[in-house]
Order: sequence, then C-alpha cells, then structure tokens
Amino acid sequence: MLVSLLLGSYFAWPSQVVADVIEHFNGSALTDPKLDVALFNIRIPRVVIVVLVGMALSVAGASYQGMFKNPLVSPDILGASAGASFGACLAMLMNLGNAFIQSFAFIGGLIAVGLVMLINRVVRGDALLGLILGGILVGTLFSSGTSIIKLVADADDKLPAITFWLMGSFAGAENDDVLPLLIPMGIGFALVLCQSWNLNVMSFGEDEAKSLGLNTSLTRTLVIIGATLLTASSIAVAGIIGWIGLVVPHLTRALVGPNYVALLPTTMLTGAIFLLVVDNFARLVYSVEIPIGLLTSILGVPFFIVIYRRNLRGW
Amino acid sequence: MIVVDGMMKVTNLHTGYHGKEVVRGISFTVDRGDFTCIIGANGCGKTTALKGILGLLPLSGGAVTVDGEYVAVAAGHRSGDDPVSAKERAKVFAYIPQVHAIPFPFIVSDVVLLGRTPHLKSSVAGVSKADMEAAYSAMEQMGIASIAREEYTALSGGQQQLVLIARALAQEPKILVMDEPTASLDFGNQQLVLSRMRDLSRRGMAVVMVTHDPHHALLCANKVLVMDDGKIIEEGSPEGTITTETLKRIYGAQVYVATVKLDSGDEVKSVIPLLRQMTAQGNRGGHGTTTPGNTSNRSVMKDN
Repeated sequence: MLVSLLLGSYFAWPSQVVADVIEHFNGSALTDPKLDVALFNIRIPRVVIVVLVGMALSVAGASYQGMFKNPLVSPDILGASAGASFGACLAMLMNLGNAFIQSFAFIGGLIAVGLVMLINRVVRGDALLGLILGGILVGTLFSSGTSIIKLVADADDKLPAITFWLMGSFAGAENDDVLPLLIPMGIGFALVLCQSWNLNVMSFGEDEAKSLGLNTSLTRTLVIIGATLLTASSIAVAGIIGWIGLVVPHLTRALVGPNYVALLPTTMLTGAIFLLVVDNFARLVYSVEIPIGLLTSILGVPFFIVIYRRNLRGW
Repeated sequence: MIVVDGMMKVTNLHTGYHGKEVVRGISFTVDRGDFTCIIGANGCGKTTALKGILGLLPLSGGAVTVDGEYVAVAAGHRSGDDPVSAKERAKVFAYIPQVHAIPFPFIVSDVVLLGRTPHLKSSVAGVSKADMEAAYSAMEQMGIASIAREEYTALSGGQQQLVLIARALAQEPKILVMDEPTASLDFGNQQLVLSRMRDLSRRGMAVVMVTHDPHHALLCANKVLVMDDGKIIEEGSPEGTITTETLKRIYGAQVYVATVKLDSGDEVKSVIPLLRQMTAQGNRGGHGTTTPGNTSNRSVMKDN
C-alpha cells in the first residue's frame, strides 16, 4: 500500500512522501506542491479504493463459495455484475455524469440480484439451484440489454467509453468516490463477516446446516445482501474486475485453511494486496494505463494454475 | 395435556414433497437407550419420515414430541402448540448423514466444533472453552482425537463417518438420527461405525437409524420398524421382524433368513440373498454359500 504511494509517473522517495504528508496536515508551506497534488488527489484515493474493492470482491467471492458449496463460484454468479454493467451502460448512453454512472451501476447490480431472489421464491425446490438458475437467467437478460445498448451507442464516442468501462479501471478514482463507497461496503463487510461461522456450517449443505440449528434462509439472505452490496459498489466505482473473487479466496485457503472465521479476514488482506500489486502493474507497465480487469485475468490465469498445482488435494 | 410414554413419540405423522404425501401416518415411540432401525425398500418413505421428524420437511399431519415437548407439528395441528425453534431442535436431534464430499478441506476438530452451533450464545462471538472441551470429549469417545488436526477430506470413509458422529455428539442431543450411515463404507468400516453406535446406545443414547442392510438391524437394534409404501407394516424385535417372509414382501426379492450357530455356541440370524430361479440348495457363485466362521465350522441352519 505504501509502495503504491511512491510509484507513478511522478516518482517520489519515501522520505519525500512522509515530508509532504506532514506538511499537508501541518498547514505549513509545501516543498513540493506537485507531489502534494499527486498524493492527495490521485494516489491516496486510488489506493484506498483499490484496497476496498480488492477486499470486497474477495470477501464476496469467498462467502458465495461457501454458501453454494462450490469453490468455482465467483461474486457475479447472481447477476450482480451483469446488472451493474447494464446500469452503467444505460447511464453512459444517456450522457449522464460520473456520479450517475456509479449510482446506476450500483442500483443495476441490486436490481439484478433482487430479481434472482424473486425468481428463487417463485420456483419451488432446491434453494441453491433456484438461485443459480435465476442468476443465469437474469445475467443473460442484462447482458443482452448491455449488448443492445452497445449496438445503439454512438460508435465514435460512447461505444469506446462503454467498452473501456466494461474492462474495469481505477483511473477515474477520485476523493469524492471514497465516501459513497464506504457506506454500502461497510454494511456489506459487517453482514458477511458476522456470518463467518454460519458459512462453515453452510458448507456442509442445507439439511445438515438446518439440523445443526441454523436458520439457513436467514443466513443465505444476509450473505446475499452483504455480498451484493460489496460487489455492486465495487463494480460501480471500478467497472468489471474479474478473477479476484475467484482466485484470492483460493490463495487464502491455501494459506490459512477453509475455516471462514480465519478465512474471511485474511481474504480481505490478500485481496487488497493482490489488487494493489495488479493496479501498480496497470499504472506503470505501459505508458497508457492497461484496464485492470484485463490484467487481473491475464495475471490471474497463471496464478490460478500455480495454486491449483500446489494445492491439488483440496481447495 | 398429552400422556407421554417413551421419550420420543411420533404420532400419525404425514409428510412428503410438494403436496405429494410419501409418509402416510406413522406412529412409534423411542425410549432412552433404544436403538431403533427403520428398514424398507427404496422409495417406501424411510428417509422422508426421518426428514419430517427432524423438521427438514413440513408435516401434513401429526406431530413429534420429545419429553413432552413438540419438536415438529403439522400446520393446524389441534395441539395448537408451536414447535421449538431450529436451534432448540438441534439440541434434541443430531442428524448424521451419509458420508459425502464437502467442497473444502476443513480440519477434523473444526468439523466437530460445528456441532456446538446450537449451543453458541452468538455465532459472531464464536466458541468458548467449554465448547472446545465438549468437542474434544466427543472426539475422544469416537477415538479420533489423534487425527484432530488432519483434513477431513483426506480421511477414509469410515474415519469421516466417525468425525460426523463426533460432531453429532458435540451437539449433546437426546437422539441420534442416522440415514444409512454406512452406505458407502467397506465391510470393516461398517462394523467399526456400527460398533461405536451400539456402544453409544448402550450408554443411554437413543438412536434412530434408517438402513438398507437387515444385518445392521440384527446386529444393533432392539427395535425394528418395517416400512412399506409410506406406512409401518411391522414393528418389534429384530428377531421377530426380520423374517424370510417379511423381507420377501418388502423387497420383492428372494432371500432366506437363516439361524447360524457360531463356534462359540451363539446363534445369530443371517440374511442370505438369493438370485431368482435359484434355491437355497442349488446356488452358484458366492451368493448364499453359508459357511460362517471357518469351513470346518459345523453350522446349523434352521428355516425361519
């Protein structure tokens, strides 16, 4: 996290950064105003947002993997990212500003998952199966919507913006983004972390969890609400960033084991570090910033293979 | 006011899936230290009955009481009593499923600790020292304390089943409920699990077990319920219920229930499966060639 503050097109030594932070808060004269701007308007908000999104996507992924008893599940299984993409594209199509894009994306994600839960209520039978089917249906619906928007969008102007947004990026991160992000994420983290123990119980399946005295539908609802808040707000601020929610929980499980009481907090840490490292690559490797959604996938695949090879026995 | 004879009383229980009644009015009682086996053909409603008792399926009729307290009640049951919460029910029943794959390599002590779930003050605060002790004592009873730190997923099926039984003991229930606990286990592991279960029941634990193997009922049970088409058609001692006639009737199969005298002089009953068109005298292959113990043993076979 600290290293990320130093790096950038305007490189700074640790001593310079520390000096500037002290000056900034003391109100004394700045020795390096350019660094001050870079730090407080660009790097610090960006690092904070990257950390939050890294934590959020990994926690959401880890909790869904336990709830669905399936290690190959990622946070977008219930259509959160399809809904959020559609919302954001709609806002871009309507020429709305950044704040609207973010709120449309957030609301789109919530609506998609809400629909899935509604479908699950109407369809009787296995609750998990209903959710997954609902996720596929709603995801397909919203992806088609996104495709339609792409089709009608202005090819010179809006289409590139939409395409770029869908690839995910922290380039637009601003100070103003941090606060609105903190509220849904705070609630999301609290909800999911409180269910750590119950997620252990859920890993053994519906009947066993019930016979251990767990209110499974309550746990499921709380986890879905929490994970959806986390996912939707991440996508709203950063676009689609795949793989984190799938890879990081596995990496963490290899480190601390599958017990959710230890896994979730550790996942937050590893998720934040992983995304910061990838984000540094995104910023620095090439003169034009590489969309981070692409990088997480490109780095994620070999990474995944390494973990898989070393940890073949279990997840 | 209901008169309670027996610890658990199942009264006229009806249950099924999506309005289709599979279990149609079964009643029985279970006492402390009882080992009750439920046998019957596939689809006769054994597992469905267990799920109804455990509160995993809604009842369409009847009720289940344990020590006079309603643990499962059909909607609109005349008692008007609400059944206990899932958490309270988990202190009455512990359910031991068939060994099945779990997605993550939990370590054994973590799996057993999950049995403490209904006793936790709050699932956020986590386990107390007393919970740890209860889990450890359950592992010792099952003889698995030495593998407490190993991964559950890496254990043999028999050991996994012992872990699940230890988890059930950590729950400190009044009744252990098992659905074909030995289904995927080899011969030796089946005996290991059954002997541990019988020890538990001899120490006063009530056990209700659904099984496909009549031998398990003969080995462990003191009471057998024979189910057919959603009803209990016979009830009684293992010797009284597991007969050639009953098994033929419920399984539609050719079997022969023999009494075999062992070297020790003890007589045990054994169920001999026969393929159709075979007789007890003229069979080929391994089926039904009954020489218990070693071949020099003189076995006496009586028709039942």
